Amino acid sequence: MNTTLILELRDLSKSFELHHQHGARLNVLRGLNLRLHAGECVVLSGASGAGKSTLLRVIYANYRPSYGTVHLRHDGRWIDLAKASPHEVLEVRRRTLGYVSQFLRVIPRVPTLDIVAEPLLQAGADVHDARQRAGGLLHRLNVPERLWQLPPGTFSGGEQQRVNIARGLIVPRPILLLDEPTASLDIGNREVVAQLLAEARAAGSAVLGIFHDEDMRDRVATRLFPMQALEAA
Amino acid sequence: MSALLKVRNLSRHYGQRIGCEEVSFDLHPGELLCIVGESGSGKSTLLNTVAAQLSPAAGNVHYRQRDGEWLDIGSLNEADRRRLAREEWGFVTQNPRDGLRLNVSAGANVAERLMALGMRDYGQLRGIARSWLERVEIDPARIDDAPTGFSGGMQQRLQIARTLVTQPRLVFMDEPTAGLDVSVQARILDLLRRLVNELGLAAVMVTHDLAVARLLAARTIVMQGGRVVETGLTDQILDDPQHPYTQLLVSSVLTT
Repeated sequence: MNTTLILELRDLSKSFELHHQHGARLNVLRGLNLRLHAGECVVLSGASGAGKSTLLRVIYANYRPSYGTVHLRHDGRWIDLAKASPHEVLEVRRRTLGYVSQFLRVIPRVPTLDIVAEPLLQAGADVHDARQRAGGLLHRLNVPERLWQLPPGTFSGGEQQRVNIARGLIVPRPILLLDEPTASLDIGNREVVAQLLAEARAAGSAVLGIFHDEDMRDRVATRLFPMQALEAA
Repeated sequence: MSALLKVRNLSRHYGQRIGCEEVSFDLHPGELLCIVGESGSGKSTLLNTVAAQLSPAAGNVHYRQRDGEWLDIGSLNEADRRRLAREEWGFVTQNPRDGLRLNVSAGANVAERLMALGMRDYGQLRGIARSWLERVEIDPARIDDAPTGFSGGMQQRLQIARTLVTQPRLVFMDEPTAGLDVSVQARILDLLRRLVNELGLAAVMVTHDLAVARLLAARTIVMQGGRVVETGLTDQILDDPQHPYTQLLVSSVLTT
C-alpha cells in the first residue's frame, strides 16, 4: 500500500457552547489523533453520538475545532485547516478535500446534471467536459437519463443520494470524507459506490467515512477507527 | 489571489446613533459576500457606505480598478465616483422602482447604462437589450413596454439586467429578493447565482435571509447593532455559530 501521509489530526477537541441553553457545553471530541494515508479507507465506528459526523465536519472545516490541528497535504505542502483563512479553506475544498453527506442540498430550478457538474466547473473544467463527466457518473449510478434535466427536489431519497454521491465524487480529490452516503441505497447501487471508492483509492485518494451497514463497511474499509462518546462534562 | 476591495475600520454615524462601526473586510474577485443581520443591524448602512453612497465618519475603502490601480474611494471627487459607478460597479436596490426609470421602456432601461459608456448604435443597443431581457427571462416582445406594467418580480429582473449589462466587476445588492413572493424569489436567486458564476462577478449582498446567504455566498458577515459580531465561511456560520447573536439568528429559522 502507498504510505504517503495525507491527513493528520493532532489532539483534536470540539465542544459546542450553547449560549441560549443556559450556556450549556457539549463536549463531543477530546484529544483525538488520527493519521490517514493515500490509498487507505478508514471507517469510523462507534455508537450513535460518538462524534463520528462531528469529526468529519471538523475536518471539512464546517465546524471549527475548539483545540488541536487538522493538517492536510494540499498542492504538495502542509496546511492546518484549523488556522487557515476562509479563502484557503475554499481552495482546499475545491481541489483537495471532498465531503459527501447523507443528504443532497437541493437548489431550486437547477437540473440534476448541472448540480453534479458544478464542482468540476468550479475546479476549472469547461462546461462540455463537466456535463459529460456528470452524465457518465449518473449513468454508472443508475440515475435514468430522463431525470438529468430535472431538478432533483422531487426525486426519491435513494435517487437524491446517488445524485449527491456523483456530485461529491466528480472532482478527483486526494481526501474524501463520506458521512453515510449509502444509507438509502439498494445493494446494486451500494456495489457501484464501493467500486467508485475502490477506483478513487487506486488513483491515490484517501477515504475517511461512516458506513453503518456492516456489509458495506467490510467491503470498503482497510482499517476501522473506533470512537466512543465522551462522558457528560 | 489579491483582493478587489479592502474595507478598513469603516464607521458611519447618524448623529449620536451608530450606523456601522469599525467594520473591516476584504472581497476577492469572483466572490459573493453576504452581510446578514436583523433590521437596524446596520447592514444597509454598511453597504451604502462601502458603495460610496454615504460618506463615512471614519475608516476607508480601497478598490482595485480594471487597470490594476488601487483607488482610495473616500478621496475621489464626485466625477470620479460617478465614473466608477458607471464603468465598474453596479447597484441593485431592494425596491426595483428605486433602481429603474419607470417612464422609459424596458429596453431603454437596459440600454441606458451602455449609452452612458458611449455606445450609440441603435440596432446594437436594441440587440443587446433584447438578449439581456431573455437572459433574465423577460419576454423580449415586452422590450417597448414601460416597467410600470411589470410585476414586482419582473421589475427586479429588469433591474438586474440593467445593472449587469455593462459587465460590472463589483455589484452591491441590498435585499434584492425581499418583498417578493417565495416562488419569484427562487427564480431571482437562481438567476443571480447563474449570472454571478457566468460573469465571474464579485458582489456584496445584504440580506436578512440566512437561506439566501447559504445558497449564494461562500462567506458571510453577521452584524448586530452596527458591529460585526461574526465572520467566516457561510456554512461554518450557519452550522457552527459561535456568537450568541448568531446562534439566536440561526436557531430562529424555520426549517421545512
